[in-house]
Amino acid sequence: MSVITRAEPGARTKLPPEQPSIPQRKGGTAGYWLYLLPGFVLLLVIVIIPLIFNIYLTFTEWRGVRTPEFIGLENWFKIFTDEDFWTSFTNSVWMVLAMVVIPTTIGLIVAALLFDVVGRKFGGKVGSFLRATYYLPQILPIAVAGIVIGWMFRPGATGSVNQMLAVFGIPAYDWLGQMPSALLVLMGVLVWVQLGYPIVVFMAALQRVDPELYEAAELDGANWFQRFSAITMSIIRPEIFVVTLTCTIAALKVFGPVYIITQGGPAGATLVPAYYAYTEFFTKRNIGYGATIATVLTVLVVVVSIIFIRVQNSMERKERAGL
Amino acid sequence: MAATTAIVTAGKTRERPRGGMTKKRAIDWLLFIAVILGALVVMVPFYLILVNAFKSPVDYATSGPFALPQAIDFTGIQAFWERVNFPQKVWNSIFISGTVAVLAVVISLLNAFAIGIGRVRGRSWIVLLFLMANLLPQEALLYPLYYMFKSVGLYDSVWSVIIVFTVIQAAFGTYLLASVLGTFPKEVLEAASIDGATRWQILWRVVFPITRPTLSVLLIFFFIWTWNEFLIPLTFLPSNASQTVPVAISVLTGDRLMDVTTTAGAALLSIIPTIIFFLIFQRTLTRGITAGAVK
Repeated sequence: MSVITRAEPGARTKLPPEQPSIPQRKGGTAGYWLYLLPGFVLLLVIVIIPLIFNIYLTFTEWRGVRTPEFIGLENWFKIFTDEDFWTSFTNSVWMVLAMVVIPTTIGLIVAALLFDVVGRKFGGKVGSFLRATYYLPQILPIAVAGIVIGWMFRPGATGSVNQMLAVFGIPAYDWLGQMPSALLVLMGVLVWVQLGYPIVVFMAALQRVDPELYEAAELDGANWFQRFSAITMSIIRPEIFVVTLTCTIAALKVFGPVYIITQGGPAGATLVPAYYAYTEFFTKRNIGYGATIATVLTVLVVVVSIIFIRVQNSMERKERAGL
Repeated sequence: MAATTAIVTAGKTRERPRGGMTKKRAIDWLLFIAVILGALVVMVPFYLILVNAFKSPVDYATSGPFALPQAIDFTGIQAFWERVNFPQKVWNSIFISGTVAVLAVVISLLNAFAIGIGRVRGRSWIVLLFLMANLLPQEALLYPLYYMFKSVGLYDSVWSVIIVFTVIQAAFGTYLLASVLGTFPKEVLEAASIDGATRWQILWRVVFPITRPTLSVLLIFFFIWTWNEFLIPLTFLPSNASQTVPVAISVLTGDRLMDVTTTAGAALLSIIPTIIFFLIFQRTLTRGITAGAVK
């Protein structure tokens, strides 16, 4: 496996506590700070200061003109009784299902099939080609995916899905205009977009499997499922971890598909935190409240990342102890 | 999208040895067919884009979305092309993504040089700090940045988006490169240093050429990620003259009057650049990864 794959958000970031790699003439490592300067200044201006400003805004009422008015914890109290806020976070659970749980599960099966059955019995070229096919939606700008999906699920007889169903005598349906179909369509799109990611990562991970392992298991009479659970799953566990972490964060932050496909509708039923914050900023002009939602989302993302990294570290430690 | 790792591992396409390709049982065929069916389902929207982009509205009305066009017709594509001034949108996207990719790689390299090779004190915290920029929901920066850009006159300028994404992409690049450079062969650096090279010379004459494959992978993915970004360009680039391809197409969605063939034409035009780019660089990616895992 490449160094690069290990260098993922879930992986360890600590470097060995050595001297700098280049022998030092004078001044130790201090001179290297100069190289960090441009990156740091940019980070400060574009990330750190705005982030602090955003937190400050959560204590204010602001329409975006004149100066923000300090109102203490009002926004924070409002959040607890705001039904839309809770809906948006409940919907995040659905987004996690659609962007993490389902794609990872299907991706695991498809990757194993492509590698173990298609790759071995039908040739690696066929396997690579199919993998690229599954990956294609990932390189599609979500805005483009969104308008095509919106058009496929158009209400009435002009929607292509309705036209297809008409062949079977099923009457036209307003897919995006009512629940639960709007949420289901949105989730379906996310599964479709996300699927290629775990497949590609898992297939790369499977390159580590020694083919003899499979052959030996096969000779011992293990069936496909037994080989899958005993060999495949244990080898690609680190990748499952990375995929789960990165996709969970992406699912919590999801914005584009909601903005384009459902606009949070019908009646707020597909609202997600990122989209909710966006509408508070730019549609309703409640900047302070939008900032509060964005801050809660940020805290959630950070907490989830920390939990993931902790769990992974403790798993790694156990593994090393077991060896 | 959460395409981070995929990208980096995507290149590794070495095929396994093809032992036992002859023994195909019924169950293998069944599974093979299942995987192909799945791939076909994934391709349905692409198929719909492709066939309907070349239909005339009349053709679409009579034959429906799934049939092949009766005659090749460019009115949908043409309508979109003219309506949004497509060449300009493509140029905006190329300019933004290209500039971001180059700048972010340079910043990543400078940062990673200090962290991975210089091993400055507190480096794991520094890496974490940079990584945060990549992890944060963009909404948490959105309004302050919007306000800042408005006050300094960068609002509605492609440079606002370029600066923001340079920082966000460089954050990931720093994280990734810092650990790659952390394992950089020490002997090479020592040799250069004994020959009297300064740090700056070592960075550009030794570290840069050796890590170039990894850098080119980063470059390509920064380009694609930036190309596909949506929220920030949507917010900071309201006017027609500065919009990117994804924003231009999303603006059209609101337009219910647009007919299906124009929509399909728009979608087709918008994916072509990404697909071409991806196809051209697939090989670079493969090479990049194998070489990028600095021995």
